[in-house]
Amino acid sequence: MAIDLAVNQVSKSFGAFTAVEKVSFEVPQGHFFSILGPSGCGKTTLLRMIAGFTPPSEGLIAIRGRDMQGVVPNRRPVNLIFQHLALFPMMTVGQNIAFGLERRREKRGVIRRKVARILERVGLPGFEAKKIDQLSGGQQQRVAIARCLVLEPAVLLLDEPLGALDLKLREQMKVELKKLQVQVGTTFVYITHDQSEALVMSDAVAVMNAGRFEQVDTPQNLYHHPQSAFVARFVGENNAWTGRVRGGDAAALQIDTDDGCRFVCRAAESLDAGSPVELFIRPEALLIEPDEGIADLNRFEVQVRSILFDGANSRLLARPLQTDTELLIALPQNRQYDHIRVDDRIAVGWAPASGICFAAS
Amino acid sequence: MIRTLPQGSVYRFGYRAYILIYFAFLFAPLVVTCILAFNDSQFPALPWKGFTLEWFFGDLPHRVGIFNDRVNLDSIWVSFQVAFGVTLAATAVGTCAAFLFEQEEFPGKPLLYFLMLSPLVIPGVILGISILLFANSMGLYFENRWGLDIALFRPGFWLVVLGQFAFITTLVTLIVSARLRKFDRTLEEAAMNLGAGRLAVIWHITLKYLRPAIIGGAAVAFLMSFENFNTTLFLVGSETTLPINLYLQVRDGSTPVINAISFLLIVGTSVAAVANLYFSRSREN
Amino acid sequence: MNPHRRYRFSLPLVLFLSPVLIWLVLLIVLPHVELLLMSLRVEGDDGGFSYSLANYRQFFDEPIYWLTFVRTAVYAILVTFLTFLVALPVAFYITKVVSPRRQGLLMLLLLMPFWVSELVRVYGWMILLRESGVINHFLVGLGLWEQPVEMLYNDVAMVMGLVYTSMLFMAVPLVSVLESLDDSLIEAAHDLGGNIASIVFRIIIPHAMPGIVSGCIVVFMLTLGNYLTPNLMGGKNSLWFTEQIYNQFIASFNWNQGASFGFLLLLLSSLVIWAGLKITRQKLGKVVQ
Repeated sequence: MAIDLAVNQVSKSFGAFTAVEKVSFEVPQGHFFSILGPSGCGKTTLLRMIAGFTPPSEGLIAIRGRDMQGVVPNRRPVNLIFQHLALFPMMTVGQNIAFGLERRREKRGVIRRKVARILERVGLPGFEAKKIDQLSGGQQQRVAIARCLVLEPAVLLLDEPLGALDLKLREQMKVELKKLQVQVGTTFVYITHDQSEALVMSDAVAVMNAGRFEQVDTPQNLYHHPQSAFVARFVGENNAWTGRVRGGDAAALQIDTDDGCRFVCRAAESLDAGSPVELFIRPEALLIEPDEGIADLNRFEVQVRSILFDGANSRLLARPLQTDTELLIALPQNRQYDHIRVDDRIAVGWAPASGICFAAS
Repeated sequence: MIRTLPQGSVYRFGYRAYILIYFAFLFAPLVVTCILAFNDSQFPALPWKGFTLEWFFGDLPHRVGIFNDRVNLDSIWVSFQVAFGVTLAATAVGTCAAFLFEQEEFPGKPLLYFLMLSPLVIPGVILGISILLFANSMGLYFENRWGLDIALFRPGFWLVVLGQFAFITTLVTLIVSARLRKFDRTLEEAAMNLGAGRLAVIWHITLKYLRPAIIGGAAVAFLMSFENFNTTLFLVGSETTLPINLYLQVRDGSTPVINAISFLLIVGTSVAAVANLYFSRSREN
Repeated sequence: MNPHRRYRFSLPLVLFLSPVLIWLVLLIVLPHVELLLMSLRVEGDDGGFSYSLANYRQFFDEPIYWLTFVRTAVYAILVTFLTFLVALPVAFYITKVVSPRRQGLLMLLLLMPFWVSELVRVYGWMILLRESGVINHFLVGLGLWEQPVEMLYNDVAMVMGLVYTSMLFMAVPLVSVLESLDDSLIEAAHDLGGNIASIVFRIIIPHAMPGIVSGCIVVFMLTLGNYLTPNLMGGKNSLWFTEQIYNQFIASFNWNQGASFGFLLLLLSSLVIWAGLKITRQKLGKVVQ
């Protein structure tokens, strides 16, 4: 498959501070690629380097095989959707979308037709004459996307464009954006600090931390097979223990946690006995009152501290007996566990394959 | 003390009386001037001798109304031309200066910024004589060196325009800069990202955004130029501007024609200013 | 994260810089250098000239010159102070006391007179105050005075005229600085037992300082450089320094002497403004905004 965007060993420092450090990745044509990281991790800098607003300190950026070094922003075949959209308030919707086409000196009739077609595509047919401030947040979002897509860029860059929307609209736009991307087939590079946006929409996600990529993978793999403690902690919810290795190999490592529990768990790599580790278990991997017949389960008892009801996402907050560790345990709303009350003692278990541990740094 | 706090009635009454007196003080000279423009008398003074429009339209030997008064009409026309020229030049250069100081980086910027502000602290009279002296020296130099007699360097229309331009440009710069400072620069980046070069960005995005401030600045420039006295005083030639012409008449004894002109000025500037205020407000958002 | 500036001396920079440079160099810098040179120049009998401080010595030797200078400076300071005293309650009333509904109207009324030419305003005062003026007409008519009194052409009338003329430049910065004063600060001070005097001196004036400084600077400068009001309303025997300059230029045609006077006035105005900024620890660039 053709590679639309190739980033090779790109770094950026501002004085002594390194914002982006030796980042490399490739995005094949038509893919939805997300860069996920906490604020300040360097993802915006990386995006601005691709758009051409910030020159990299070192490394190469190629778009459709063409080296972008020294190419000014207005000559790059990429378009950027800004965090706050940056729609031109002094222009109508139609003028906003036509702006890029006019810069290319396309014919008036062609421009009019293209504007009409793209507006239809984003679900705003006939909106040409509207003013920007007459639009709702979601509509502005679509105009911003249309303004870029009408130029048929090789790569569309998106800088947390959903951040300003309220929760409900954000959920809706997530789905719409993905549908639109599939429809037009343009390569999207999307940056966000919201893991749910990244997981829902992307073909591949890069998790970024302190200027580096921790892992580039499919959303499913990031969730189920994190390759670092940071990814395990950042993507999805996780319960964490610290502890030491007692023995065993990577497939079944025996661990003594610092708060006195004893577990068997898979590991990312073989670890020597005595070395410190971090252990992660997802809330939904903790089974409440597991069947006695299941073999090899790590079993222990917990006391319920509180019940966090949140519909399908309800959880228990509980402590293993004689410890201060707080655990989140998924509470399926299938009425099977309606009897559980605060301060109840219940049995909990998890399969060694559903936990993961890493050498602690 | 303020709206939300309880106030004693003496305090409240006293404060209101003070404000009332202040506004009376503010408007008394203007109101009296306007009223006396319609008094049927040879002098701008009471007693009231009946209503007349002769000081506007009259064409009698002892009573020439403003609309038949060649000298005053000419000076109004000169003032208009000067103000037009100053407005055009000051708005153009002031807008450039706003871009220069808000968006560009270059060596010596703080010094140049200080120079740009300096007309605010130079008394108008001093600015007038400095430019007069400099123009005079330049004129002498050109005449001695090349035998050229350049009208620009003699007191007159163009020197007045230059003198007023020298300090009015600072005002326009400050007005336009204030709005430019509020400009969201990601709009420029967005335009660049959509394929526009730097000049296209300025033309299509930034200038459109600045339009209310530029119009406001131009209005201020026009008004300041039309009314300027101090700087103009030393630079006028035979074509006098309205303020200079009025000054000469007031100094040497006045007739109600001056009231008539004042009336027109008061009404004209008030209407223009209110209109400007109204438009700038409705445009701003 | 600012966009990287790739363009040093790019086309836009040259486009913006050149008209500004032409303006500032040709119309501000060179004329004032010329003013300084001219003031140092003395013409000899043979038509040539030499450079000396003679023009400045002349200024100090002739009491009428330096007395006028000192008088102008003192009066300008007095006018600035009076303008502040008159304008502060008005600015406070408009921003804090009057109902917000009427605020816009009052502000408009406050500004309106100043859109009209200074000459018209001074002329208005002249027909009010002079011997045959409107005020005299009423006072005599009411029987309060037997004879009309000349109220124009004295220092009191002149100072009042100067205060009137400068009012706008004090009121506008005061209004804008008081607008930024949070009402709850005054409420809190009141709640803590503050009286009017302590609220004014401990809360309002400290907060309004930037506006007060910028208002005072502008008023002082405009008063110092005023020509019209002292000329038309002041006494015939007491000159304002700008009139002195005008006389040297137009009446005596002694440009070198006039230039030295002009330079002294420029020096005084710069000095007072600089001192004002230093004392209140403000920057010119901040104050004008």
